[in-house]
Amino acid sequence: MAKVIVVTSGKGGVGKTTSTAALGAALAQRNEKTVVVDFDVGLRNLDLVMGAERRVVYDIVNVIQGDAKLPQALIRDKRLDTLFLLPASQTRDKDSLTAEGVERVMAELKKHFDWIICDSPAGIERGATLAMRHADIAVIVTNPEVSSVRDSDRIIGLLDAKTERAERGERVEKHLLLTRYDPARAERGDMLKVDDVLEILSIPLVGIVPESTDVLRASNIGAPVTLADSRSAPALAYHDAARRIAGETVPMTIPGEKRGLLGKLFGRRAA
Amino acid sequence: MSIFRFFSKQTSAPTARERLQVLLAHERASVGHSDLVAVLREEILAVIAKHVQVDGDKVSVKMDRGENVSTLEVDIEIPLNAMRAA
Repeated sequence: MAKVIVVTSGKGGVGKTTSTAALGAALAQRNEKTVVVDFDVGLRNLDLVMGAERRVVYDIVNVIQGDAKLPQALIRDKRLDTLFLLPASQTRDKDSLTAEGVERVMAELKKHFDWIICDSPAGIERGATLAMRHADIAVIVTNPEVSSVRDSDRIIGLLDAKTERAERGERVEKHLLLTRYDPARAERGDMLKVDDVLEILSIPLVGIVPESTDVLRASNIGAPVTLADSRSAPALAYHDAARRIAGETVPMTIPGEKRGLLGKLFGRRAA
Repeated sequence: MSIFRFFSKQTSAPTARERLQVLLAHERASVGHSDLVAVLREEILAVIAKHVQVDGDKVSVKMDRGENVSTLEVDIEIPLNAMRAA
């Protein structure tokens, strides 16, 4: 049974695309057929983060408008053959994404995939509402920072009102993914702590991704961070989050402890 | 940072720079419809559609936009009975 996940936040720059790619690769590594779908028409970037930018032929708008069939637009990942990308259009305007068109594409994707991960654009306009429309599960990407938490709260409200599930009287399963977390700064009292954010938003936590240079490095080389260096701190956090989304019970760890020889010698100082 | 990476001194920024240069060169070209690979793709498909009833499911188009060389791969299944009377 296919599950549709929306990765959303309201605010831009908090790590939606990074998280979409990382979770997509982590789920695909479980041998479950996964597609990541870019809904940011006009400003696509998921192709670049996935390292597939040179291979884009057709996009979701081509499929909606009938210029291409869905299998023609899907790009298979070169590293994982269970991972696919459906790119957004770079040249069309946002109105070319229609509700009926998206519904058709989603219905067809559900026949072929275990996981459909929709990368929402920032904001609360058409692209964002269409990305969340068919979601069973929402991953709300939030930074421990006031404007991000406020925008996440707004998005949670929309998930309870503007999705198919909400309209049927059902609930979208909501998960908080805290990204760019710096345990040292939180400990010093200069950054909102995990519990602060959880208390304010009151949705369950699915993962804590530490602020890390590994994320930038992965996007530089065009690989999801879970594939670029699967033992890095953010990769481990995303792998755990993916397992929780898939229904496993995984103990929550606050990242930040140095791994490797030095970390082992000095123990868990940061946490 | 892994010990392997520490010794190999392999940095990622040059890769980012090169990827962006290639991508943006192609994107800027496509705004003025002078993206040769895309133009060729459309014209090749149009020519084929003129002679053969093309089923969208039987056409696979692959592109790889490189720095000096791009490749365009059009793979079409043409069944005998799809031939139109010329």
